[in-house]
Amino acid sequence: MPQQLNYLRETPSQTAGPYVHIGLAPGSAGFDIYREELGHDIAGPNAKGERIRVEGLVIDGTGSPIKDVLLETWQANADGIYAHPEHPGAVEDGFRGWGRVITDFNTGEWGFDTVKPGAVMGRNGQMMAPHINLWIVARGINIGLNTRIYFSDEETANTADPVMNIIEWEHRRQTLIARRSEPDGKAVYRFDVQIQGQNETVFFDI
Amino acid sequence: MKKPAEFYQRDLGRHPPAYAPIYKTSVARSPQYPLISLQNSASEITGPVFGHNDIDPIDNDLILNYAQPGEMPIGERIILHGRVLDENARPVPNTLVEIWQANAGGRYRHKKDTYLAPIDPNFGGCGRTMTDEDGYYYFRTVKPGAYPWRNFVNSWRPAHIHVSVFGTGFAQRLISQIYFECDPLIQTCPMVKSIPDAGAVDALIAKLDLNATIPLDSIAYKFDIVLRGRRSTLFENRLEGN
Repeated sequence: MPQQLNYLRETPSQTAGPYVHIGLAPGSAGFDIYREELGHDIAGPNAKGERIRVEGLVIDGTGSPIKDVLLETWQANADGIYAHPEHPGAVEDGFRGWGRVITDFNTGEWGFDTVKPGAVMGRNGQMMAPHINLWIVARGINIGLNTRIYFSDEETANTADPVMNIIEWEHRRQTLIARRSEPDGKAVYRFDVQIQGQNETVFFDI
Repeated sequence: MKKPAEFYQRDLGRHPPAYAPIYKTSVARSPQYPLISLQNSASEITGPVFGHNDIDPIDNDLILNYAQPGEMPIGERIILHGRVLDENARPVPNTLVEIWQANAGGRYRHKKDTYLAPIDPNFGGCGRTMTDEDGYYYFRTVKPGAYPWRNFVNSWRPAHIHVSVFGTGFAQRLISQIYFECDPLIQTCPMVKSIPDAGAVDALIAKLDLNATIPLDSIAYKFDIVLRGRRSTLFENRLEGN
């Protein structure tokens, strides 16, 4: 017998289920319990950069919105710095860069307010285009789905983005690009996630 | 000098596949195309940081955190405790652990739950805590009840507590469910059966821990959570491109 490696093994995932809101967003489940729920304020009051809103639907393989989905966002600040001790640089006071997003239970529509992130240094010195990392859980999703939100007004940066460029099918890269509009002068991006089917969103094994 | 680098690749054979027809809801909610494999960058290695200011000490006590003054929820009083470790068996300190569950009758406090078992006026059903320097966490709660759900006509969920954990990087983000030793419903459950590796199922079953029981008060179950481990850079791999 050779020696044993003795690594532990990751705890298996299980679906977040239909009542995920009780644990992660109890107010939306219908009751107040915590002094403060986490993840409502992504950027904080002092963040530099453009204030934006991102909205969308998560759509299942039958074409129906997933009304009980929960999303988490993770992003850098406008300078491309993550609020994390291992990322060099400082972020504004109150900037966490993480959000928890729930849907309107009747329509499945979700949205969140933040600042537009800056480009982030990627592997091997290649800049990554501005993006928000997205993690999606729901009843029927056995392990959280990871994807990224890029921005339609960053075409040059998106074209050079090292992550975009590992996606072999160029038309599938479009599924990661949120479309900008400016109703009433405010920047709003639309990002619909297709879980399954012809225009399936690109998901990553990170 | 060794520096922490990427997370170990996730062993997807240990997790339920996205498409698991025995769990019917997964059928239309599972991607059909393969996931695109992405080597970790700063976006995956970093993740949100939480502090003790984010939560209150009572948040980990589900027996008191929603009860009316002087009252308590009905049910078997339990302590759920354990450690959050990584695959290198290192503790994961100061990480946020959140749980949610049905009450002792199997009913959730959620506007979408219509099961006929009653809401317990003294039970909210959620808790949260930060691990200590050794990765240790604990909750006090009541043991949740089994309940029926619409998968097959006669499907019952084993008693379980949902758990959400962060770790230090977004790539470690994990949600799972904690089951209890000797529950015959575990082996009948489509969500459990979706896990292809029987050994992996065992890792989701909390064990009775008489040493941690408080005599004449609460029975204890131990449940360790393992998050992805990280490589150390033995040779420069230019993760940050220096």
